Amino acid sequence: MTQAGMAQAAGKPRAVQRRSPYPGWFFIPAAVIYVVLFLVPTFASLYFSLTRWTLFNSTFIGLENFAQFLREPFLIKGLINTVLYAAITSALKVVLGLLLAVLLTSQIAARGYLRSVVFFPVLVSTVGVGITFTVLMHPTNGMINEGLALLGIKGPGWLVDPNLALFSVALVDVWKGVGLATVIYIAGIVAIPKDYYEAARIDGATRLQNFFYITLPLSRPATTTVIILSFIGGLRTFDLIWAMTRGGPGFASDTVASVIYKQYQSGFYGLSTAGNVVLFILIAALVIPLTMLLNRKEGHE
Amino acid sequence: MTTTTRRTMLAGFSAGLLAMTALTGAAWAQSINLTYLIPSGADGVAVAEELVKSFEAANPDINIDIETRPGGSEGDNLVKTRLATSSMTDIFRYNSGSLFQAINPQQFLVDLSAEPWQADVQDSFKQVVTAPDGTVRGAPMGAAMGGGIYYSKAIYEQLGLSVPKTWDEFMANNEKVKAAGKVAVAQTYGDTWTSQLFVLGDYYNVSAAEPDFAANYTAGTAKFGTDPVAMRGFEKLQAVFDAGYLNEDFGAAKYDDGLRMVANGEAAHYPMLTFATTAIVASYPELIDNVGFFAQPGDDAAKNGLTVWMPDGLYIPQTTSNLDAAKRFVAFVASVEGCEAQTRAGGASGPYLVNGCTLPDDVPPAVTDMLPYFAEGGQNGPALEFLSPIKGPALEQITVEVGSGIRPAADGAALYDEDVRKQAQQLGLPGW
Repeated sequence: MTQAGMAQAAGKPRAVQRRSPYPGWFFIPAAVIYVVLFLVPTFASLYFSLTRWTLFNSTFIGLENFAQFLREPFLIKGLINTVLYAAITSALKVVLGLLLAVLLTSQIAARGYLRSVVFFPVLVSTVGVGITFTVLMHPTNGMINEGLALLGIKGPGWLVDPNLALFSVALVDVWKGVGLATVIYIAGIVAIPKDYYEAARIDGATRLQNFFYITLPLSRPATTTVIILSFIGGLRTFDLIWAMTRGGPGFASDTVASVIYKQYQSGFYGLSTAGNVVLFILIAALVIPLTMLLNRKEGHE
Repeated sequence: MTTTTRRTMLAGFSAGLLAMTALTGAAWAQSINLTYLIPSGADGVAVAEELVKSFEAANPDINIDIETRPGGSEGDNLVKTRLATSSMTDIFRYNSGSLFQAINPQQFLVDLSAEPWQADVQDSFKQVVTAPDGTVRGAPMGAAMGGGIYYSKAIYEQLGLSVPKTWDEFMANNEKVKAAGKVAVAQTYGDTWTSQLFVLGDYYNVSAAEPDFAANYTAGTAKFGTDPVAMRGFEKLQAVFDAGYLNEDFGAAKYDDGLRMVANGEAAHYPMLTFATTAIVASYPELIDNVGFFAQPGDDAAKNGLTVWMPDGLYIPQTTSNLDAAKRFVAFVASVEGCEAQTRAGGASGPYLVNGCTLPDDVPPAVTDMLPYFAEGGQNGPALEFLSPIKGPALEQITVEVGSGIRPAADGAALYDEDVRKQAQQLGLPGW
């Protein structure tokens, strides 16, 4: 006891543990990269968000940019749209991803082929997907509405109706992203020990009971991953919205990210930097509690 | 602090590059290499190439390389970045008017006030490339444009319509076109910038009624939302939607669709800037005689006139290392030979702003229709963005909303005033 205490007081075991196999200078290149590429821009953007910045010169104006950004007439709509979009896409990805994963882990014909079909859209460029669907969703010449017309249905203006535009983009986002959710779920489902299903079979469980009492609860880690990944993705969504509607018609499908981009486009660099800080805080404020909530529930299981 | 470091690094880098070019230059005897930055786009590139070719033929010691950049606000940011980092080309083409003021001309551009060719440049252009200290820093590149309405001559003949001088006559024409089963007004909100024309093109009518509007607007005392004359533009935009005169796919159609519709008689009218004449000539050469043009009608036939947009300017950044050669090229573009080279490459789309430049006899009817507004006794005046440094960036989204019935005109005008306030504050103007 005393010996151990003395050793600790001398700090010997700690010193031994702390000694790295690499000399100090070995870390300098990594540290330089980290400082130059991450720390400097982070603090520079915090500073510039407090200035009126024209690229040529910057004037310190305190928190005025934040006040202006929060006064943006479409910021509130953009905020609601952002959260709505993130919630819709991540909910649909969870539901569809789970169903597809159940289908693709069962014994069906051409399973490998179908898996790759589901995953394929994930690999395609987002902007390419956006442009393709903009053409498909054209109100009069688009293939979707022409197909509906054959059935005698007059299709809506998917991207030009202000009440629909955001949802149309969200559906395309789900189509593009559901493959990743499926793959995560497949991994989760495959990892469930077969014993559970065998025990359930002996008890005479139906397929539906198998799904609700075994597959669903035991793939909770996968669900948590899918929800958090797609929720963060939805909150920062920009490329698909920009490629398909540019926030339009009018401001109907604006998200926080597209509002920020428009400030940058107009040459309000300080203002758009302030917007980025706001977006960062927004994502942190929504995702950190969500993660804690999901992980705590997992612990209780 | 970061900007300074970046600037020094870039300066060092460009100095290295310059040293290398200087060395290679020596090997080629006396030839001077210039770089010339232009916005991309097929017709613009063709004009630049023709200008460079003609200039090089007359100046064999100078070689000019053309670089392209994206247009729109993407390109604005690129120009600002290159100026701020001292990496701008020797000559560049960029907007005049309010966007010109935004690149700090006094700090970055060479003063061209004393150049001999300025004597031949019209004053209306000089005032839109004049820095706050009163020096002229650019030369005209391209022809003056009008913002008004293209119309299908075929439909007008078929239905026996005449060119309207007042808004009521215009709406009456639209009613007849609609009754005949055709599209009265083509709108193309798929390209949002095209939605602003009814508002921006109405400015001549505003200034005819209230000559002080631009000054009061800059000072923050005149607003679109509270000035009934200024709000007319928004009301006109709403009126054509409410009356059901638009093409069915107006929300998704693009600029090219609008040109096609008015050229081949699918639609009777398309509000647009006259630079589109060049594009119609390029895409529908056999249909160009079907397309006419008139200024946006106001409420008083006697005061009808054309809202005019000034062409881009050519500028030389202060960082150029070949000032004399660059000035020679700018002088060439601002000369009669320069105008002729532009006409050869892109056709004529309007009057040039250099004295002595003439248009060929066989210009398209849309250009002929535009000339009376510029002739002696004709009525024309600059668009608001050339009289005031403020133009709200969200106008195109607001006009899409008003023009698609999402938002009433009065609301749209009030919202635009909010947008304008933000721009004025960012520019640091007094009184906001």
